[in-house]
Amino acid sequence: MDNDLTQATADYAVRLGDDALILGHRLSEWCSRGPFMEEDLALTNVALDYIGRARMFLGYAAQLRGGECTEDTLAYQRDCREFTNLLINELPRGDFAFTMVRQYLLDEHSLLFLDQLGRSSDSELAAIAGKAIKESRYHQRRSREWMLRLGDGTEESQRRLQNALDDLWGYTPELFLMDELETALYELGIAVDRAALQAPWQAAVHSVFSETAVTVPSGGWEVVGGRTGYHTEHLGHLLSDLQFVQRAYPGCQW
Amino acid sequence: MVNTQPCVSGSTIPLLPHEEYERRQRRAQSSHPELWCVLDAVKDPEIPVISIWELGVLQNIEREGETVVVTITPTYSGCPAMDVIREEIATALTTAGYGQHRVLTQLSPAWSSTWMDDDARARLQAYGIAAPVAGDVRSDPACPHCGSVEVRSISEFGSTACKALFQCLDCREPFDYFKSF
Repeated sequence: MDNDLTQATADYAVRLGDDALILGHRLSEWCSRGPFMEEDLALTNVALDYIGRARMFLGYAAQLRGGECTEDTLAYQRDCREFTNLLINELPRGDFAFTMVRQYLLDEHSLLFLDQLGRSSDSELAAIAGKAIKESRYHQRRSREWMLRLGDGTEESQRRLQNALDDLWGYTPELFLMDELETALYELGIAVDRAALQAPWQAAVHSVFSETAVTVPSGGWEVVGGRTGYHTEHLGHLLSDLQFVQRAYPGCQW
Repeated sequence: MVNTQPCVSGSTIPLLPHEEYERRQRRAQSSHPELWCVLDAVKDPEIPVISIWELGVLQNIEREGETVVVTITPTYSGCPAMDVIREEIATALTTAGYGQHRVLTQLSPAWSSTWMDDDARARLQAYGIAAPVAGDVRSDPACPHCGSVEVRSISEFGSTACKALFQCLDCREPFDYFKSF
């Protein structure tokens, strides 16, 4: 690979690693706060899968960037503007309905995205996707089940589910946005064409919610910016927690 | 040693996944069989009745001059047991007199629970963990304590990433299920 391409692939891996790291952190915040014991275990197990995914992507990015870069410097020594995760991943965990709706929307997206990434001409990205998609199948099985239970449950569970879906909907268009970097890598067979995933994703999401009492919003607003480092106010607070030890004791190891 | 799964009703054609066949060939044809025996002593830290070879985590052992190069693959991407396994491989090799070694991690082929052989599955059952049900990921396991198939899922996720939690409706015991993955 020539150097420009190596760096572009590294940037792409950082994006995917940031997505996984930030969502994994949000899920880990549920530890000991789950609605009941089994659900607490499930949320933290899924969090662990995402942290593992982040380590694979960021580790690969660090290897491509070379020098002093490691998965840890990427995770702990960058500030908000350098993070390139999608905005939906950084939103505060909210109530249980909010966490599960986000998870469900992202799980459906992951299944489509990782299936394509598994065919990447970059063998390392393909290997990570091949590993991660097996986990996402389990995640989607559980999050889908929750959409049906909450959407079919009580007046309160339906209301919470509907609110979560309404609040999250405008953050979903960013999942399908292509930019210069991803388009160039897609043309080389490395990256995934996100735009092509939108129709099958919409179909999957509509089919599940049609079995419930909630209504899928019809659009009308959208927020983007994560890929260029323009984040919501929430990411800074999240990083102050995630990076606390390294900020207080730079270079600390144990 | 060969894992036979029924494919067509009544037949017993061995259906070993290709990548698992290759893994077993690497061991069978290795010019350093003694090294594989050394690492047979390294067990899964969470399931001490199964070795990392039987689990499918141990992929290859090679020698580069004096250095022993061990290749492993993670079960789940965030599995914290991997760090312990790496340390235990190092300890086992050092104790056996192989001071120079390196442990590499490889992601592809992605680990699968179908690589476990019948022996290992039987020991898993005897230990109280239901072995992965071949084929459909949605099939329920039988109770490892009383054998009943009347079970219910308590949680898709259990005490570790590789397990789900079930309860037997006959003997009423809860049990771990090693997920089909």
